[in-house]
Amino acid sequence: MILDTATAIAWVSRAAELVRTDEPRLTRLDAEIGDGDHGANLTRGLLAAVVDIDEKTPDSAAKTLITAGRALISKTGGASGPLYGNGFRQFGKELRDEGDVTAVADALEAMLRGIEELGGALHGDKTMVDALAPAVAAFQEAARSTSDLHTAAVNATKAAEAGLAETIPMQARKGRASYLGKRSIGHEDPGAASTVLILRALAEVTAP
Amino acid sequence: MKKLINSPDTVIPDALRGVAAAHPGLAVDIENRIISRAERATSKVGLVSGGGSGHEPLHGGYVGHGMLDAAAPGEVYTSPVPDQIIAATQAADSGQGVLHIVKNYTGDVLNFRMAAELAEDEDIRVVSVVTNDDVAVEDSTFTAGRRGTGGTIVVEKVAGAAAEEGADLDTVAQLATEVNERSRSFGIALHAGTVPAAGKPGFDLAENEIELGVGIHGEPGRERGEIAPVRDLVAYALDAIHADRPISGDVLVIMNGHGGTPLIELYGAYAEADEWLNGHGITVARSLVGNYITSLDQAGFSITVTSLTDELARLWDAPVSTPALRWGM
Repeated sequence: MILDTATAIAWVSRAAELVRTDEPRLTRLDAEIGDGDHGANLTRGLLAAVVDIDEKTPDSAAKTLITAGRALISKTGGASGPLYGNGFRQFGKELRDEGDVTAVADALEAMLRGIEELGGALHGDKTMVDALAPAVAAFQEAARSTSDLHTAAVNATKAAEAGLAETIPMQARKGRASYLGKRSIGHEDPGAASTVLILRALAEVTAP
Repeated sequence: MKKLINSPDTVIPDALRGVAAAHPGLAVDIENRIISRAERATSKVGLVSGGGSGHEPLHGGYVGHGMLDAAAPGEVYTSPVPDQIIAATQAADSGQGVLHIVKNYTGDVLNFRMAAELAEDEDIRVVSVVTNDDVAVEDSTFTAGRRGTGGTIVVEKVAGAAAEEGADLDTVAQLATEVNERSRSFGIALHAGTVPAAGKPGFDLAENEIELGVGIHGEPGRERGEIAPVRDLVAYALDAIHADRPISGDVLVIMNGHGGTPLIELYGAYAEADEWLNGHGITVARSLVGNYITSLDQAGFSITVTSLTDELARLWDAPVSTPALRWGM
């Protein structure tokens, strides 16, 4: 299986659905250590991405994800808009057209780099990077032994979930949660939680 | 939640309709969410700011002669998006370049940075100044850096006056940086504001509890304490400011309400601040008491202290005509 245009469109749509369904939970997580708008913002951005893709009918997986990235940047606001937006743009640019499991592994790594470079966050800062970085590593590991996109995406999702759990004892060093200092300890990071949903969407749409 | 709104989804466009109707001196683009001067300046450095909505009068209330040329209000407590900031930058540009005044929050910084890069593609020179006056946040590698709060108003006023006098972009940016460096703020909340879309306060406090060191987004402060006489709360805030940057000489003081505190309490707080400062041999040369940078209906106050120079005092006194600040003209 390859990540083709139809799969890329399905990925963005499913991510929008999952985030919309989980909006109350994301918002609650953000209210605990941030300002409580993550669920609403990301839902707005991803729904705008779905509309943009529908209107612009991009003819490759790469263009689909670049379109999604631009929509996220121009409609989401907050920190998650530019971060996820840049992430999807870098994913699409690295993919170029469409790709197999190896190409997707490279694209996910480009997504991670795009987010890390823009936000300046490192592993352990209690951000989306703490879910995405282990997910990318797990995906790359899987890509060395399987050509099955779904298996790699499932492994990546599991790693992201584990990464999300690891954010609970962390003290935030980036983003608004960092203002809380030690009081940010004991909560899941909302950005890491939404990253899990985005990867889960990829796993679902690549299922046989 | 009990609020004077039509629906949580229309809060911002409804408020912008009101701004447009109440202030003919402003041009309000409701669709693209830009507030700019109705009469565009012909040849001066442009000033643009923006950030989440819910902090009114910041920033739309500071658009007008002597302060901003355009403001980009985002969703409630959410930074504006780059498209909005670019549109505001274009509205503010008269060929002399544009200063972006950005409060230090990750979302604001990222979106303004993207907008600045895109604006430069259109040959608009942009310089950004990031405000970070909140002493409640430890400025270290362990946080996103200090928040920008009440000092932003002083930055906008002083930089706006300099731009009005014809100073060039680098000079205006340098003054904005100087004001930011000379400004410190500290906030205390009695209860959190309610974001309309969330429907409940950002944090819960018991009847006797307060949050010390709050920012402007309903995020909890650096610690929780017990309510005390306002004299003690003001002393706590000023001690924190003084410990961070010793206050001396002539100062500007803003006793700011967060949106849910009546003026009678703010004036009571101001009396204590004035007494504390005089007691420390400091001269309060300029002051403001009122709601200037709010957090919806959060109760509480923040104190901003800016150490003045003669030049900064002169620029503060320069004529201004905006919905929220107006003097000298």
